[in-house]
Amino acid sequence: MNLAQFTIHELHEQLKNRKTTSGELTRSVLQRIEAVESRIHAFTTVTAELALAQAEAADRWLRSGRPVHPLTGIPIALKDNLCTKGVRTTCASRILENFVPPYDATVVGRLKESGAVFIGKTNMDEFAMGSSTENSAWGLTANPWDLNRIPGGSSGGSAAAVAADACIAALGSDTGGSIRQPAAMCGVVGLKPTYGRVSRYGLVAFASSLDQIGPLTKDVTDCAILMKSISGSDSFDSTSADVPVENYTGLLNRDLSGLQIGIPKEYFIDGMDPEVLHAVKEAVRTMEKLGAKTREVLLPHTEYAIATYYILATAEASSNLARYDGVKYGSRAKPTKDLLEMYMKTRQAGFGPEVKRRIMLGTYALSSGYYDAYYRKAQCVRTLIKNDFDEAFKQVDVIVTPTAPSAAFKIGEKTKDPLQMYLSDIFTISVNIVGIPAVSMPCGFTQTGLPIGLQIMGRPFAEATVLNAAYAYEQATEWRKKKPNL
Amino acid sequence: MPTQTTTPTQYEMVVGLEVHAQLKTASKIFCGCSTKFGAAPNTQTCPICLGMPGVLPVLNRRVLEMAVKTGLALHCQISPYSRFSRKNYFYPDLPKGYQISQYELPLCEHGYLEVALPAGQAGVNGQIKRIGIHRAHMEEDAGKNLHEGLEAASHVDLNRAGVPLLEIVSEPDIRSVDEAVAYLKTLRDILVYLDVCDGNMEEGSLRCEPNLSLRPVGQKEFGTRVELKNINSFRFVQKAMEYELRRQEKVLREGGRIVQETRLWNTEKEITVVMRGKEEAHDYRYFPEPDLVPLIIPQELIEEVRKTLPELPDSKRERFVREYGIPVYDAEVLTTSKDLAHYFEACVEVYPQPKTVSNWIMTELLRELKNSGQEIADGPIPPDRLAGLLKMIDNGTISGKIAKTVFEEMYRTGRPPEEIVKERGLVQISDEGAIETLIDEVLQAHPDERESYRQGKSQLLGFFVGQVMKRSQGKANPGKVNELLKRKLGET
Repeated sequence: MNLAQFTIHELHEQLKNRKTTSGELTRSVLQRIEAVESRIHAFTTVTAELALAQAEAADRWLRSGRPVHPLTGIPIALKDNLCTKGVRTTCASRILENFVPPYDATVVGRLKESGAVFIGKTNMDEFAMGSSTENSAWGLTANPWDLNRIPGGSSGGSAAAVAADACIAALGSDTGGSIRQPAAMCGVVGLKPTYGRVSRYGLVAFASSLDQIGPLTKDVTDCAILMKSISGSDSFDSTSADVPVENYTGLLNRDLSGLQIGIPKEYFIDGMDPEVLHAVKEAVRTMEKLGAKTREVLLPHTEYAIATYYILATAEASSNLARYDGVKYGSRAKPTKDLLEMYMKTRQAGFGPEVKRRIMLGTYALSSGYYDAYYRKAQCVRTLIKNDFDEAFKQVDVIVTPTAPSAAFKIGEKTKDPLQMYLSDIFTISVNIVGIPAVSMPCGFTQTGLPIGLQIMGRPFAEATVLNAAYAYEQATEWRKKKPNL
Repeated sequence: MPTQTTTPTQYEMVVGLEVHAQLKTASKIFCGCSTKFGAAPNTQTCPICLGMPGVLPVLNRRVLEMAVKTGLALHCQISPYSRFSRKNYFYPDLPKGYQISQYELPLCEHGYLEVALPAGQAGVNGQIKRIGIHRAHMEEDAGKNLHEGLEAASHVDLNRAGVPLLEIVSEPDIRSVDEAVAYLKTLRDILVYLDVCDGNMEEGSLRCEPNLSLRPVGQKEFGTRVELKNINSFRFVQKAMEYELRRQEKVLREGGRIVQETRLWNTEKEITVVMRGKEEAHDYRYFPEPDLVPLIIPQELIEEVRKTLPELPDSKRERFVREYGIPVYDAEVLTTSKDLAHYFEACVEVYPQPKTVSNWIMTELLRELKNSGQEIADGPIPPDRLAGLLKMIDNGTISGKIAKTVFEEMYRTGRPPEEIVKERGLVQISDEGAIETLIDEVLQAHPDERESYRQGKSQLLGFFVGQVMKRSQGKANPGKVNELLKRKLGET
């Protein structure tokens, strides 16, 4: 078995016991990238030199006999909207084509301290706006399970790289499902943490009140390891929460007795893919066998989630993306006759169509005369949706739903119809609106061999509960052992 | 039917002032960069105040404390729950494309400021007027575009971007240019008293934007207002408003209409010119800043800050009137600056005649300070020296008139009064023999006047006193001169 196929915790054992070295592991991952990248295009930048240097440092550390972090020497991929000091960070946008940040995102700094190896920056929908990674200025990413299909988005590059063993694990970001939906499409584990659980400092903002960074991994244990490393309050992010970080890995066990699972009927809708429905129902039955109790819960405002999201997210985005004006960094259109023309041409040439669409939607929603009808009303509905979840979590510990209404769709299938594309986030969006944690993990395959995702949501800061439910289910099934045939 | 009146309409001015005060913190409002003025362009910047991708603001606690302190001093309600908003617009000196400010739910609201109106304005010297404070909120400053000396290019200096400001908005309670200037000066004094702002208009640490409209006297509704910008001194505040008052009055008298617009003060031409009209007004698309959590201000914090409040000009003024029995006007003048008030009290401490001290400070000292461009804090005349001088008048060593000369020299040379009086031989002549000699000389020199006096022209006494004083070079004790003259003239 190739080293690149192992998980973090398996490799950690091998590294600790000197069965292998980080250098060997990193070279093996780089070889794997070389072998598959032309077909999946998961990366925007591969940082081979940096990775080999970090691996060497990790090996020195490992040889020194000092205490070793579970991530020491492990090759990790980073979504290209996480700022990396000295490494190009493009957000898959022309406007940041040559942007090299002079600082690390807080999560990047934390991974560096743990001795992780950075293998590269992964492809994404431009500024994380999309559900298929088709909106990247650098070309699309293919799903390792079927190269004619999308990997999901916007963290499609991270999900595809993990699924294809082109990295051991990856970080993504999730604003409306951008970790969980691609995790589902690519058959990997992806967690969107509680809002405030992980510092957003250095994550290029899409929608500040919804964005969270989280892990994409090969199994739940790896997800717990990464979560433990990146979580915790940060003096550089006022919205990061001062809530103690639990020992996610140590709390994992296979027992679900006493766990109350809620099944929201609003998430089992007409027109849903029957294979997805079947797989999720089977998963719930498995969890019941492990001791969990299920009951129906009501989330009556679910139908307004997408509308609410597309007002709040685009409003915030229209403001967050104002800084890309050609004045200070990034690309600038030339020549231009005056300031206004510089702004307009720079942004015309720098942003792709989906980003422009969302800037226009958001600008409109915030305009005087429309603010009350759109933005303020959306904030009110946000509260109603949150109340739904608060009520539900009085009765249950976790809520289980499909991650997406269908398995991965074909490349180009929804690019002509933005609304159809937006609907692929229908089950993931509420989690961001409410700010709770949710994991997506494989729960089966379609007859054509495409992975199906199961979503488990929890109370705010109950990552341990969510991870444990996921772990118990994972250990009771074999889905994680299936690999795409690349 | 009442006949059409031919008297021209009298207009009344309605003014509200927006003041931006730079808070005197060492570092910027949302990052750790220095706020020092005058550094080389872009040397006081970091990824946060440069608005780089992915960075986040973190509120400087000192800014909040200073804002609360100012709010309390302006008798505002401090909102227990307030928040920041984004004000969105594009300009090269605004790195993020939005300014973090406060919009809905500002920190301070519903306050007031009491100002003493200048003499003649409200008829009475030292009348106090209360001007409402609509709100005061925290925000970040923008940078500065540089065009000078650059051909076909503009540069941007972001040292100032992120410097903390407190925007203080008055109610439209101001009715004249003098009131506006008095408000602005009083506000500046308070900010300086509180040590939250250095009050320097030229360096931009205090900026003032008047909103000005006219209405016929007696009309309740406000007229259309015009906002004035680009005013960087007290003198220009006055000039710009006076110009705008004349301009609007002329438009109205000619039957025209005032257009709602923003006008820029042109310092060279001393006129205001249109910057943008209502149609071109920005839609700032304010919305709550999602990168900062709402501010919950606990009552304990407010009380903690309240304890640090110094005695403010208005309460100090009241205390001066009460404690020292000086007129309101004197108290107002003496409390315009913390240093001056302190000086007054230090003088009264060693020379417990408040009104005399007040008179000397308000006339002699303030004049000398003004002429020399010095501040009271420069300490030109220490309190014990002034007391020394005043005591010399009391014990008859020198006359009040001579004392003024001595004062000028004390100010100029920094020497003690006793030394000056001694050296220049200014000691008052109280010796009756010496004075009598002088009187005899005068009477001999003016036989005609003496004759007239004898025939009943008693008002000539003043003439003789003057002559004797002149002959003594001002040193003769005037009381004694009077007394002896009467006796001598009566004798003959």
